[in-house]
Amino acid sequence: MSSGVDTALLRLVGGVLALLVVASAIGALMHRFTRGDPGRAMVENINARIRAWWVMASVFAISVITGAVGSIALFTVISFLAMREFVTLAPTRRADHRALLWCFFAVTPVEYALIWIGWYGLFSILIPVYISIFVAIRVVLAGDTERFLERTATLQWAVMICVYFVSYVPALLMLRIPGHERQNAKLMFFLVLVVELSDVLQYIWGKAIGRRRIAPSISPNKTWAGFVGGTLSASAIGAAIWWATPFGPMTAATMAFVVTLMGFAGGLIMSAIKRDRGVKDYGSLIEGHGGILDRIDSLCFAAPVFFHLTRYFFAA
Amino acid sequence: MIANALASASSFVCGTGVQWRCDPESRAQRIYFGNHSSHLDFVIIWSALPGDARRLVRPVAGTDYWQRGVVRRYLADQVFHAVLIPRTQGLGCRCDAAKLSVGRMADEIGDRCSLIVFPEGTRRVDGEIGAFKSGLFHLSQLRPDVELIPVLLENLNRILPKGEVLPVPMLSRVIFGSPLTRVSGEGKHEFLARARAALVQLGAS
Repeated sequence: MSSGVDTALLRLVGGVLALLVVASAIGALMHRFTRGDPGRAMVENINARIRAWWVMASVFAISVITGAVGSIALFTVISFLAMREFVTLAPTRRADHRALLWCFFAVTPVEYALIWIGWYGLFSILIPVYISIFVAIRVVLAGDTERFLERTATLQWAVMICVYFVSYVPALLMLRIPGHERQNAKLMFFLVLVVELSDVLQYIWGKAIGRRRIAPSISPNKTWAGFVGGTLSASAIGAAIWWATPFGPMTAATMAFVVTLMGFAGGLIMSAIKRDRGVKDYGSLIEGHGGILDRIDSLCFAAPVFFHLTRYFFAA
Repeated sequence: MIANALASASSFVCGTGVQWRCDPESRAQRIYFGNHSSHLDFVIIWSALPGDARRLVRPVAGTDYWQRGVVRRYLADQVFHAVLIPRTQGLGCRCDAAKLSVGRMADEIGDRCSLIVFPEGTRRVDGEIGAFKSGLFHLSQLRPDVELIPVLLENLNRILPKGEVLPVPMLSRVIFGSPLTRVSGEGKHEFLARARAALVQLGAS
């Protein structure tokens, strides 16, 4: 930020704070007036989720406000924790141990270091080109051919989803947008806010009026009403905070809409992996939400698309 | 302090989720017996225990490994309070020396401490649970007053497999089962099969 504290960023943070206060108040009222065991269990889960949102929002806000250091550090940790959840479920074998070590302790820090030094060219191809090839080489050198393709693809997906896609969130800080210099923290805030609100709103719309399931074999909780209501209302919120972005209101709405669609698809993809492995959640790190991957599944698939659209149409 | 830091560090690296099917705060003397697939196994059981229990638990470990070098010796003596047994006569062997070792384990825990043992005798490579060696049976005969708790360790063979030095920080799970019931007059093979079944059973639920 060029001069002291960015007031638009503070307004965004204030808005999230207000939202959380309202959510907690509603949660408290629901706790008070809900009778019957199934209802109470659901309210308890909702309140656990709201409490976790307080923590997640605070961590995110603090890291964004501290600038590039905080944001890059936060997403490095998120990638690390997400990848550990991913490979815990993944069908790796003993021969993959060394390749896994490289993914955790070399690829992850290097990818984020490239954002820190602003080397966009290498950042954008390191994992899809070099690491994809390296992983295949390291696995083949280990000499175990059982389920070779599956294991190699699994490791490549692990770094793609958990490191590469996630790293696109702080990578927004690298963009040079004319007339919007040094203000990309707000762009990051916009992306994360719209994606996460879309998740929450899809949940609320789905619980309120959701009937027909959209993909019963993948995710029993996703309904048509939740999908339509959630994506549209999240897009409307995206449009309403256009002033924090380099976009006009209509473009902000479009961007938000694309991002929510990608987020929805991300949620489905990550759910499909869970169903295949026979689990409900990736972990238990975040109370009420499951693991960290359960929380960022939509962000993973929205961030790269948002980055490249913004870069193509707005960056110098 | 070193002990607490080490306990937190190892359960962080191994992302350990702990489940209890028995009372974690119980003051009863216990023999925790687990499946063995990684060097991390006893550290993870040890760090999953509540502080009080951790100070009173003594892992059984091989002398040859833990007497090598200052750091290992310090850890074994001062931090883990390990009961060190020459490996050739550990829980594995049926000779007199083995009986002697088992006798020492039974004595060393006195009337306050608990033990951590791995009745398979050695680390398994494939993550399966092997047949139990007879040591656990003799131990249970010598100390009929002590609770026998099966402890299932999941995924540690993937975090730090045999022969590797650096751990991949995946998530692991530790399940403490309920105490094995004592059956009077039970033979060695029946006992060992029952103890192993109790351990395997923990993974099914």
